[in-house]
Amino acid sequence: MTTRYTEDHEWITVDGDVATVGITAYAAEQLGDVVFVELPEVGKTFKKGDEFAVVESVKAASEVYAPVDGEIVGVNDDLDGEPAKVNEDATGGGWFAKFKLADASQLEGLMDEDAYKAHIA
Amino acid sequence: MADTELLEKTPLHALHVELGGKMVPFAGYDMPVQYPLGIMGEHKHCRAKAGLFDVSHMGQARYTGDEAALEALITADLSELGAGEQKYTLLLNERGGVRDDLMVSRPFKGEETLFLVVNAATKDDDFAHIEANTSGKGTLTRITDRALLALQGPQAKDVMARLCPAACEMVFMQAGVFELDGVEVYISRSGYTGEDGFEISIPEADAVRIAKLLLAQDEVEAIGLGARDSLRLEAGLCLYGHDMDENRTPVEAALIWALAKTRRERGDFPGADVIAQQLEEKTCQKRIGLTLEGAPAREGAEIADKDGNVIGVVTSGGFGPTVEGPVAMGYVERGYVKVGTELDILVRGRARPAVVTKMPFVPNNFYRG
Repeated sequence: MTTRYTEDHEWITVDGDVATVGITAYAAEQLGDVVFVELPEVGKTFKKGDEFAVVESVKAASEVYAPVDGEIVGVNDDLDGEPAKVNEDATGGGWFAKFKLADASQLEGLMDEDAYKAHIA
Repeated sequence: MADTELLEKTPLHALHVELGGKMVPFAGYDMPVQYPLGIMGEHKHCRAKAGLFDVSHMGQARYTGDEAALEALITADLSELGAGEQKYTLLLNERGGVRDDLMVSRPFKGEETLFLVVNAATKDDDFAHIEANTSGKGTLTRITDRALLALQGPQAKDVMARLCPAACEMVFMQAGVFELDGVEVYISRSGYTGEDGFEISIPEADAVRIAKLLLAQDEVEAIGLGARDSLRLEAGLCLYGHDMDENRTPVEAALIWALAKTRRERGDFPGADVIAQQLEEKTCQKRIGLTLEGAPAREGAEIADKDGNVIGVVTSGGFGPTVEGPVAMGYVERGYVKVGTELDILVRGRARPAVVTKMPFVPNNFYRG
């Protein structure tokens, strides 16, 4: 499994042709306490860069963008009752959605962990 | 975003940075939106213990002279404002619209001087308006060499009992001049959180030292603008420029309680005809509170009836950390103001069920003696 990162602070971990997507711990910390996550419907398709979810902190709503083209094949329903998981475990239990990849080659344009670390440094 | 180089700084600016405050532009000032504790933590701390807010960006002034000239611009009856008392009042335009909301008090012993505190974003306009309309009769003196701190929360009184015990003898909406750490300060027992608390006007030169002294007390944490907003929203208090403005009257804004009975009878305030008509007809839109499930509804979200007709708009909204859910206030058509009315708020195009809810969303905790 490979994990890649976007400049907008989404992470994407690929397993076969399905990718799990969320926001990074850095992004979650910047947002502050997450109080609600609006997730997409299963079956919807998004193009890379489309807004696919919204994360709400006490203060503001922030858009989350699709890191790749794909179809939503699962969402993290646990966030409905426990949005704080995004703060507590951003890259684990705080995942947002699973994408069925439309074009795996898009991953190559994303940052690896070292590049992302440099991006937020 | 505004150029931070052009932003003004309060006397506490360096302290905010030192405390790890995340600085943002607000009303022309570079202000802390939150500290490392975070908005949620700061909010809950203030409701449980005590929080210190820098509100030095707000406008402070003294007014002396013909009080009738000042009274003609606002909704208070100044003849009813005794020594050591404070009132919340509204500065109106000729259409009865709210130019600003402000505090007026008489804290200075043996002096016929009023102390005014107005909003930061409107202070220049307010003071120019008051000067222009009281010229030759009264004198408005802007106070630019004093900081203003708010100490809020159920344990604020315990802190003051240690540092300025005389101030604890005041009840909600009283004001006076006291000595705090050897400095002459003006204190009122009031605030913007729904909690018991104090607002303290301090000479600029002593502000950082006194802020540090307050922060050194076990009960006290620094609170930023983010939690200030969520606290006042839960308390059902209006944010000027959002929940009311020049185009909303006190009738629409549900602030008619701020119009003194004597003034209402005399009809001698700006826009009295408009306001009298609205009070009689009872048809204008009105500000209400709303609670909803799930997604917070933010300013600008449309409010619809259950048939999908848009009947209002959210003017402030967010997550209430004490309520543990989304709360909002907004304006709706008169037929929908009753507590318990079921409506929808359109959040990103999706109808979210909402219920008209009595404000404050959390009980007030004022000290009334």
